[in-house]
Amino acid sequence: MKNSLRLAMAAASVLALTAGAASAQVSGDVVRIGVLADMSGIYSDLSGKGAVEAVKMAAEDFGGTVLGKKIEVISADHLNKPDIGAAKAREWFDTGGVDMINDLANSGVARAVATVAKEKKRHIIVNGASNMGITNELCSPYAIHYAYDAYSLAHGTGKAVVENGGKSWFFLTVDFAFGIGLEEQVSKVVRDAGGRVVGAARHPLGTTDFSSFILQAQASKADIIGIASTGADAVNAIRAAAEFGATKKQKLAALLLWIEDVHGLGLPAAQGLSLTNAWYWDMNDQTRAFAKRFHDRVGKMPNMAQAADYSSTMMYLNAVKEAGTDDPDAVSKKMREMTVSDMFTKLGKVRVDGRFMHDMYLWQVKTPEESKAPWDYLKLVATIPAEQAFQPLSESKCDLVKK
Amino acid sequence: MDIFGVPHQALLGQVMLGMVNGAFYAVLSLGLAIIFGLLRVVNFAHGAFFMLGAFIAFLIGRNLGIGYWPSMIVAPLIVGVLGILFERFALRRIYGLDPLYGLFLTFGLVLVLEGGFRVAMGSSGHSYPTPPALRGALDLGFMMLPMYRAFVILVAVVVCAGTWVVIEKTRMGAYLRAATERPDLTQAFGINVPLLLTVTYGAGVGLAGFAGVMAAPIQHVNPSMGSDLVIIVFAIVVIGGLGSVLGSAVTGLGLGVVEGLAKVFYAEASTTVVFLVMALVLLLRPAGLFGQEEG
Amino acid sequence: MMAMPPALRRGLMILLGLALLVAPFVPQVIYPVFLMKMMCFALFACAFNLLLGHTGIVSFGHAAFFGSSAYVTGYALRDLGLTTEVAILAGVAFSGLLGALVGVLAIRRQGIYLAMITLALAQMVYFTFLQAPFTGAEDGMQPIPRGHLFGLVDLSDDTTLYYLVLAIVAAALWLIHRIVHSPFGHVLRAIREHEPRTRSMGYAVERYKILAFALSAGLSGLAGSLKCVVFRLASLSDVHWHMSGDVILMTLLGGMNSVFGPAIGAVLISALRHYFDGLGAWVTVVVGLIFILCVLVFRRGILGELHHLLARRPLARHRLKEQPNASI
Repeated sequence: MKNSLRLAMAAASVLALTAGAASAQVSGDVVRIGVLADMSGIYSDLSGKGAVEAVKMAAEDFGGTVLGKKIEVISADHLNKPDIGAAKAREWFDTGGVDMINDLANSGVARAVATVAKEKKRHIIVNGASNMGITNELCSPYAIHYAYDAYSLAHGTGKAVVENGGKSWFFLTVDFAFGIGLEEQVSKVVRDAGGRVVGAARHPLGTTDFSSFILQAQASKADIIGIASTGADAVNAIRAAAEFGATKKQKLAALLLWIEDVHGLGLPAAQGLSLTNAWYWDMNDQTRAFAKRFHDRVGKMPNMAQAADYSSTMMYLNAVKEAGTDDPDAVSKKMREMTVSDMFTKLGKVRVDGRFMHDMYLWQVKTPEESKAPWDYLKLVATIPAEQAFQPLSESKCDLVKK
Repeated sequence: MDIFGVPHQALLGQVMLGMVNGAFYAVLSLGLAIIFGLLRVVNFAHGAFFMLGAFIAFLIGRNLGIGYWPSMIVAPLIVGVLGILFERFALRRIYGLDPLYGLFLTFGLVLVLEGGFRVAMGSSGHSYPTPPALRGALDLGFMMLPMYRAFVILVAVVVCAGTWVVIEKTRMGAYLRAATERPDLTQAFGINVPLLLTVTYGAGVGLAGFAGVMAAPIQHVNPSMGSDLVIIVFAIVVIGGLGSVLGSAVTGLGLGVVEGLAKVFYAEASTTVVFLVMALVLLLRPAGLFGQEEG
Repeated sequence: MMAMPPALRRGLMILLGLALLVAPFVPQVIYPVFLMKMMCFALFACAFNLLLGHTGIVSFGHAAFFGSSAYVTGYALRDLGLTTEVAILAGVAFSGLLGALVGVLAIRRQGIYLAMITLALAQMVYFTFLQAPFTGAEDGMQPIPRGHLFGLVDLSDDTTLYYLVLAIVAAALWLIHRIVHSPFGHVLRAIREHEPRTRSMGYAVERYKILAFALSAGLSGLAGSLKCVVFRLASLSDVHWHMSGDVILMTLLGGMNSVFGPAIGAVLISALRHYFDGLGAWVTVVVGLIFILCVLVFRRGILGELHHLLARRPLARHRLKEQPNASI
């Protein structure tokens, strides 16, 4: 009996000693960027490996080190679940030595992680999600909403469709923060322009059979079927609409469409659709050069979120360099003083609420005859200047905005 | 014309779509009921075999160029063979134990199959083209029904009727029914009951695989396509009466229609209405609508 | 655990206790938040096993108790601003009552039919929470403040919370142990072994089953509430039937014939998921294989197998002869 007790005490002391030795190693000598993306699910094409590569490209182009410290890029899959995303972010900030989390495709995850960022006082940059909460009730000096958001999408595609005569709307909304937020913003635009929202149907993320939802849309007799979903959901919804003859009497408005979605649909099915994107690979020589390098590494053209992942990582690293430290408060201050001029935008600035201001663009999908090469899908219809594209500070619910 | 405040086109349209769903439920619950009736195994892997059928059709289509029509036969055959192997080497060992072990074992199989396909093929769906002969839609007046979906309803009815004929009217079916009631006596008459069990399991999951092939053009092939479906199919088999073959097919179609109706009046509840019905049936008529009280 | 010499058993317990007490000071070895998650699941699995292993009732809907308690606690903390211990108690009370209700309905049938009723009721609970506005549906209920224990102790510090969770889980596990080894527990086992005989001895079998349901549900709810406080989030995954499947797996793996076996299953599955999450879907495949192995060759679960091995030793066999009612 005495023997086993002694054994237990000996084991415990050994454990304590090794534990002490283990805690000596700490990650202070590395600037670590974590890419929290959808690596395997429905949005993995839009985010996924492309997002990770974009961030890695930025780290490499920056030189691999900043202020003499190595830049390390790690990644994880949030599986489109806010609890998994939040737990990962928490772990990364607590014990993983991560200084900045990027991408965050999926509005539910982005919202959950924004809360963690505010609590832990560490940086996140949202590129793959649209929910307005990031710059409103969840805002903090540590969160930046970089690429696009629901307001800009509503004021791009939404406004254009309403002004073209689409007065009554029926929404097909994916049932989480992204779809619901987008539906809200577009509904506001429709009502402000004198139109009306006739109804809405919520569908689960990853629905493959849209037949009953399209039937509901047809029964509503609305002019416009607004698709507040994206990725494979939007592609399947658009296909179902054609299959069930909805497009004979009603028009489709795809409120968030990516070039991957156009690619999936094919030009014959997608031609004529309007879409609002912050960036397109074929805008100018700089964008084309970046796109080519990305294509060589990943095998497809970059979309606006992946381009934003690259640009925002560059901005972060530049801010660290200019601030002379990776202390989150100093970097936050620097990021809000800088002006960004790169392949993503010519004049970009982070606003007090965390909103990165830049021009947005309204595009239209080309007809098969107009397209001259693979991925040559979009033609520019209008440029929406930053001040019009994004929510004015007067309407903001962010407590950092002084009224 | 409005029925309960809903335009009749909307109602009929959703009922029609409900019948398409019901067709799948019928074929799937048929297989599940047969397996439970004879083997007393709650085959949780039924949804996974459904998914397997769809993926096999997709893969042989993509890699070997085998089209939809031959796939309708080849895929279920492959699924059936795999089912037979599973029965022979795994399921057989737990006969005679508490039926819960059968459930646990098949649940493990689900994880292996779904996980395996997720690793190999990713989580997002792959689209499977509708066979050219069935493209286009029928104008029913109250809706445009894609021809393929009408075809699905037809095939399901034929398959269910055919299975019923085999079970009720053929000698093989008679052996099956006898083995279900008294396996020991049936064995005493010289019928190879273990072989019958194996073949039955293979046939049951083959039916699931067949349903998978039918579903491929509609649902887009992805690893989780069976998992949410399977608990609904369970509920349907329980409602129809575990072991009643005709009962489950009829219940499947019926509940598809009920779901469709629910979509018109309270869309969000449509996935839950089946469970509500099951809870009620279990509490009020535990043997199921068509079943016999367990002796 | 009966076949182990008491000295060894005590030594292991002390070692475990010391390790757990020291853990928050070495976050590099093991992440304290993960440890708290494991403790919650260990409690969940042991609570679930009150029904499965000890009463012989399979519930397919235990996620309903785990998750609804999480939501109620979250609501109490976030929207009602109650102190943490009141919020947790509210969650436990809710899930306990829910458990009693489910029990009343479910025990009217037996075996697989009973299990299906629990599944149906759990799906309806899931649906209710999906629709209810305060849950935030797919986005989850967040952010939930950790609150102040008794209005005094701020729980936002991970280390403080860790010791609270450790204390509560240890107490709850001790309670489960006491329940199992009490006269009440004996009746449950009698019901599991031979219900008609138990009934003929004059025991109101239905009441015992309902009470077992309520206790199992309430303690599962405690696990859910704690998890909600730790992660500041309650989500639909907590009430989804996958969660019910998970707890069955943990219990089966650890061994359903002992009190703490399921805890071992919970620790293993959680560790597997945590350390190998980079491998994505491979984890699902491995978990499935483990499940299959457990059913085919490993039916007693880890603790059961261990017990069986140890029971073969001559000294242990002698000890077992004196206590024929030991597990297995």
